[in-house]
Amino acid sequence: MMRRLPALVLATLALGACTDRSPTDARAADAPPAPAVAASSPPPEGKRAFAPPPESAIPAGPYGDMVRLGREIFLHTRKNAPAYVGNGLACVNCHLDAGRLADSAPLWAAYGMYPKYRKKNDHVNSYGERLQGCFRYSMNGKAPPLEDKVILALETYSYWMAQGAPLGVALEGAGYPRVPEPGRAPDYARGQAVFQRDCALCHGADGQGQKVAGEYVFPPLWGPDSFNWGAGMHELDKAAAFIRANMPLSRGGSLSEQQAWDVAMFMDAHERPQDPRYTGDLAATRKAFHDTPMSLYGKRVNGRLLGAAPAR
Amino acid sequence: MPAGTTDAGCKVRLEWLCVLGGMLMASGWPALGNAASAQALASQGNGRGAPPCQSCHGTDGGGQAAAGFPRLAGLDAAYLARQLEDYAEGSRASAVMQPIARALSARERDAVAGYYAQLPVAAMPAAPKPAADGAGATLATRGRWSEQVPACEQCHGPGGVGVGAHFPPLAGQPAAYIESQLKAWQQGSRRNDPLELMQHLSRALSAEDIAAVAQWFAAQPLPAAKVGK
Repeated sequence: MMRRLPALVLATLALGACTDRSPTDARAADAPPAPAVAASSPPPEGKRAFAPPPESAIPAGPYGDMVRLGREIFLHTRKNAPAYVGNGLACVNCHLDAGRLADSAPLWAAYGMYPKYRKKNDHVNSYGERLQGCFRYSMNGKAPPLEDKVILALETYSYWMAQGAPLGVALEGAGYPRVPEPGRAPDYARGQAVFQRDCALCHGADGQGQKVAGEYVFPPLWGPDSFNWGAGMHELDKAAAFIRANMPLSRGGSLSEQQAWDVAMFMDAHERPQDPRYTGDLAATRKAFHDTPMSLYGKRVNGRLLGAAPAR
Repeated sequence: MPAGTTDAGCKVRLEWLCVLGGMLMASGWPALGNAASAQALASQGNGRGAPPCQSCHGTDGGGQAAAGFPRLAGLDAAYLARQLEDYAEGSRASAVMQPIARALSARERDAVAGYYAQLPVAAMPAAPKPAADGAGATLATRGRWSEQVPACEQCHGPGGVGVGAHFPPLAGQPAAYIESQLKAWQQGSRRNDPLELMQHLSRALSAEDIAAVAQWFAAQPLPAAKVGK
């Protein structure tokens, strides 16, 4: 089930270990020196604890203005980057607390891991290119050019949050914590029951979110205003990991591992906008980009061939 | 635990004075029975123990800020009806509202909820705005995620205008009302929240947090034309 994971984990560990053992500390260049004790006694499991600076510490002046612009784009993406957003989502929907929350794919933990090789596009990606991917897939929009102010602002905001963090080291709270494979295969009907009990309150019985004055307060989980078939969240392991750690808001960790997998399966077994890499052939597109049991794209669930009639 | 114990004694006395006044007004009218129209319920009570709603909530349903009586006008009908049911059934404790809710029939509760939902929201007097970077504003717009407290706005909508049938408007509600409800969630005298969201997160709030966030929402403007479903 997790065929792709070992390679990824190995690559990440190798990168982390390599940097850890490097005699010259990469942080020295542009970060305040860490206390000697912390540097000489890393916590167990090779992961370092890190906390971003408080928002009140964003400085005045042009640099601080760019940090604040990045934060505003992050919180209100549609309003502040309208040319690049094609759905009803905002960055903060999947990265809680304006990208600051541990176990919610915080930006401060991602920033120092780039440039990085990504299997998704089979080349080394800059952090800016990684942000472009979010717009193209999760926001179902257009990638801002790398030199666009939207990218600069988001990079500046991330850099500001990551100040003092080590480069190339996996930090505690990075990404979403992996949820072990469940005892029973993820199940649509069980997931539906979880959804109706714990998710429909905010996301609506139809999963289409809730709006006030035309703007989403609660994001749609599938359908034309949600992330497309190319977004990471459409993969069951990623969705289960996000959900288990963070949903419902303020009650993260309240679902069982099995419930998280089941409800992830339910969410990801609905139609959503087409993968922008669609070749015109569903099976070929699946083979090229979604050849993993974690993706239901091109699979038949409850008689419906997912990806065949994408939401518009 | 009776709701009264969560409030200052003087406020409870004020509530009771108000209710007694309402009962005196109601007693002058013949019993209306189950067929009482919603408007008559609001203005006259039902003659069977439920005083006129308007004696505390105002003739326009705008509430009374000084006494901490909430605005009902423009709130979601399903939300209002459920609160009356929960008062009657006990998951929302209040020495004042429980006997009133129990004195209303199920049909009367629905009718009066629908009546207030369709009332237009009256213009609010201008309130001094709390600091945009103060503790109340921060909790309302950004939350305190280090303790799993989301921003209030994430569920109650931008500026606390309310979202659907489960997340009532906070904007323009009396600060004393918001404060008493947060304390009621915290202390367990109100436990009718879906998924126990409010009971859970209110435990992370200090008395100062509660006062600050209540004042922030009380000062938020309401869209004047907003009318509930």
